[in-house]
Amino acid sequence: MARLRAKPAALAVLLPVALVLGWQLAGVDGAIAGGALPTPDRVWSAWITWAFGPPGLGLNPYAGTWLAAVWFSTQRVAHGFALAILVGVPLGVVIGWSKLVAAVMDPTIQWLRPVPITAWLPISIAIFGIRDFGAVFLITIGAFYPIVVNTTQGARDVDRNWIRAALMMGAGRRHILARVVLPAALPSIFTGLRIGLGIAWTAVIVAEMVAVKSGLGYALWDAYYVGRMDVVIADMISIGLVGFLSDRLIVALEIWALRWRRLQSHQA
Amino acid sequence: MIRFSGLGKTYAGGVTALSEVDLTIAEGAFVALLGPSGCGKSTLLNLVAGFETPSAGTLRFDDRPVTKPGPERAVVFQEAALLPWLTVWENVVFGPKVQGLKRSDYEPRAREILRIVRLEGFAQALPVQLSGGMRQRVGIARALVMQPRALLMDEPFGALDAQTRLSMQELLLEVWQQLKTTVLFVTHDIDEAILLADRVCVMTARPGRIVRDIAITLPRPRAVDDLTTPDFMRLKAEIMAEMRLSHDRH
Repeated sequence: MARLRAKPAALAVLLPVALVLGWQLAGVDGAIAGGALPTPDRVWSAWITWAFGPPGLGLNPYAGTWLAAVWFSTQRVAHGFALAILVGVPLGVVIGWSKLVAAVMDPTIQWLRPVPITAWLPISIAIFGIRDFGAVFLITIGAFYPIVVNTTQGARDVDRNWIRAALMMGAGRRHILARVVLPAALPSIFTGLRIGLGIAWTAVIVAEMVAVKSGLGYALWDAYYVGRMDVVIADMISIGLVGFLSDRLIVALEIWALRWRRLQSHQA
Repeated sequence: MIRFSGLGKTYAGGVTALSEVDLTIAEGAFVALLGPSGCGKSTLLNLVAGFETPSAGTLRFDDRPVTKPGPERAVVFQEAALLPWLTVWENVVFGPKVQGLKRSDYEPRAREILRIVRLEGFAQALPVQLSGGMRQRVGIARALVMQPRALLMDEPFGALDAQTRLSMQELLLEVWQQLKTTVLFVTHDIDEAILLADRVCVMTARPGRIVRDIAITLPRPRAVDDLTTPDFMRLKAEIMAEMRLSHDRH
């Protein structure tokens, strides 16, 4: 085991490298789907053109527009995700804390939760049209549920003695919620954030494929229509990459915010 | 002053934790509640703290009924119950801060109290970086900084090793000698009760009652050396006999 742990980075790239190699070799003689899928070298060159190619060259929309597509999608995810946090975290804290609020809110949330974001698409388009906020709305809905559910759970599990200690020190309800329940629920909240962010990326791609005319999702569907499978695959890999990077960002934030907890598990 | 009369506590499940408890604790007295686990001594303390409400009888603190927790009745919890995301300093000043006191009103006092509990070098440490004894000293500092009328201590040293416990007892004796705050101290340790208290109230279980109220006349100031004096031994023998008796009656 010790030897295995020594080079985790090398082990992590082993599988992707093998996959890409196999794909390249099989694709060259058309063994994959009768040649319908481009080989990695073609995907790579399409990506390079998409990312760095001189824009406005002919009618090719996949030259020099990659960064803009990434930026549009990322911006929507950031907006929708921030909204979901802004609504989900305070609501989850209050639901977890108050039996009354839980009795009023929780059944409705649990009942609406199984409705997938794709089912919200028509309503979103009907209300917001083919505009940016339609995508943001879907992302917010998608990310909201895991955030509110995990926050509720965390707020419910707060150590009773922490609450008692704060009450004994003269803390009122607002202080208890903001200074005891919220920080105590942070580990659960971060679990919700990571799940929510994953759903936010799903939502942005779905929304852009259908309801908006820019971003990675739009490029994905559009490239498929014009038969640019190389761009489709480059797009998919791009989504994976930005999704992964945004998750790392949350993890870094989590490590920073939960220092007190990490030290704890070190000592135990 | 704390006054119980006819105090009882029965839980929703029908378990009677306390029954007919009468007790008056004078201003500045150090009273130990001594008894086996399940005798309701922690329940009694939780009632004074305002964490729970009595189901029978009355409970008055400074001649007012207790309705909710408050900083005039500071609690020191069994496992300190510090807020783990706050530093030692932030834990200690949490009370004054949420009460809306000005920084200049509490900071000198908080520094002084951290010095008294010998934690001045650890103000910026997180609770997880401290030993159990140090954590409990933060718990005591956090209570004292509020200048409470009474200190309610729920087996505060029960989770510590014997040596740490002795030094904590000595520290508490020192602090109490200076402040003379009313203390209600819950413990199942006979030595601890005699060493610290002016009065030891022996409790029995099912239902929880106070069966004996023994005055501890050992001279003050006391120190852990007193644990082996003949007077101490005599008191211990008396209390042990009482506890054995009340155990046999059940």
